[in-house]
Amino acid sequence: MEQKNKTQVIVVGAGPAGISAAITIAKAGKEVILIERGIFSGSKNMFGGAIYTQPTKEIFPDFENSAPLERNNIKHNYTILTEDDSTTITYRDNSFHSNSYTVIRSKFDRWMSEEAKKAGVILVTQTVVRELIIENKRIIGVKTELEDYFADIVILADGVNSLLAKQAGLRKDYEPKDIALGIKEVIKIGKDKINERFNIQDDEGCITEFFGYPMLGQLGLGFMYTNKDTITVGLGITLSELIKNKTKPYELLEKLKSHKTISPLIDGGELIEYSAHLIPEGGYKKIPKIYDNGVMIAGDSASLVNNLHWEGTNLAMISGKLAGETAVYAIEKNDFSKKTLSLYKKKLDKSFIMKDLKSYKDLMPIMHKQSSSFLDYYLRKINKFFKMFIETDSISKRNKFHKFIYETLTERNPFELLKDGLHIIKLLWGILK
Amino acid sequence: MNIDDKLAKVKYVTDEETHLKVTQEKCKKCKQKVCTYICPANVYEWNEEEQRIIVNYENCLECGACRIVCTEKSIEWQYPKGISGVTYKFG
Repeated sequence: MEQKNKTQVIVVGAGPAGISAAITIAKAGKEVILIERGIFSGSKNMFGGAIYTQPTKEIFPDFENSAPLERNNIKHNYTILTEDDSTTITYRDNSFHSNSYTVIRSKFDRWMSEEAKKAGVILVTQTVVRELIIENKRIIGVKTELEDYFADIVILADGVNSLLAKQAGLRKDYEPKDIALGIKEVIKIGKDKINERFNIQDDEGCITEFFGYPMLGQLGLGFMYTNKDTITVGLGITLSELIKNKTKPYELLEKLKSHKTISPLIDGGELIEYSAHLIPEGGYKKIPKIYDNGVMIAGDSASLVNNLHWEGTNLAMISGKLAGETAVYAIEKNDFSKKTLSLYKKKLDKSFIMKDLKSYKDLMPIMHKQSSSFLDYYLRKINKFFKMFIETDSISKRNKFHKFIYETLTERNPFELLKDGLHIIKLLWGILK
Repeated sequence: MNIDDKLAKVKYVTDEETHLKVTQEKCKKCKQKVCTYICPANVYEWNEEEQRIIVNYENCLECGACRIVCTEKSIEWQYPKGISGVTYKFG
């Protein structure tokens, strides 16, 4: 039967995953409609701050010459905060190598969507897909507010909330422990001040991750990124922690911003945007079924986030690309069954995406169990060590070291210490084996 | 800085119809009312006098946290219409 509005592939969601899928399909000469609910691509999107150079090149080989980029992140700080002190480790790469760039999503995603259009993708914006059209256990199209669209394959790249993946029966409801809430502020500081305060030059960027305060003992981290003339400061915290502590997320952010290690960096700045977004943090064990008859899921919709390494957009782009390749294969075979689309899973399994997520499969369960040790006790201990190490108070160093070691061994139950050690070994074994 | 000042910096196109619906009977029975503190845009407020949840849907940042944390499954959550809701200038 000839259907109205019938195309080969529909991609829902024009973020990094959806655009990468659509562009891969269009470049192979197949028909693809990309549906975005926002006024333009990126208008509903928010993230910490950086896209990764190598994975982005896999989709847009020449993006460094034409995409709207903010700064090349040459500097990476890891900072441990307690109430009244901090310890920072900085890695700085002066070799002109680029690992990541900060971007403004409303500009960058929009640019990506324009590139997709150039490749032949039909982009439909301001259109919300309300539900999937399912016939004989196969997804055959989507219902939008205005009209129905039909396709041989539907790729869901509709983001973390993916109501469509739920409707398709590919995943269950999320639990608050598997989802983090990210909130952030964009603060205008001016280019020169940013360069001075972060000791960088015009196009050089600095990323800072904050461990501990004001989320000591909780699964939450702060972050700060430098854009051209603005700074992004924000945090991500697991929903279950907010529930447990009855915390308002923006109050945590105010505390983070007012810490003496951070406040001078944003001093005198003007808030120009506040935003919020969810992050899927369930890890490997919580990845939904990623394909079925006539459908595949990519990016955040499929919970593809490696939170320890702050990676998400790269997993989105590459999973989108692999879903796109699989769609092309299925079109050529003229078979859209789950058996054919299982190629997507095989491709993902072979890629760094599933390998990495599998390596870290024990991370979140361990962090949930041991949050009071790894996200509070040891963080404080590191800062205490440096405080002790620099203190000049006419007490002999040996006495101080002995006291530090004695305290470490006695203030914590030896069973707890042993448990922490075993968890670390389990985690390392999982990653390195 | 309080939350209203933060939200004043966000660009919205407000629909006259809410995209967030709650079942007041369920909310009334709910002890925890997690939505009233977890929402990053302070969309949900408990009105003690009227014994009902006020939904400031026009402030919604469309994150979806409320839907996941609602213990009573009282929130009917959907995306706003295509032209409405938040439009990030930076994101």
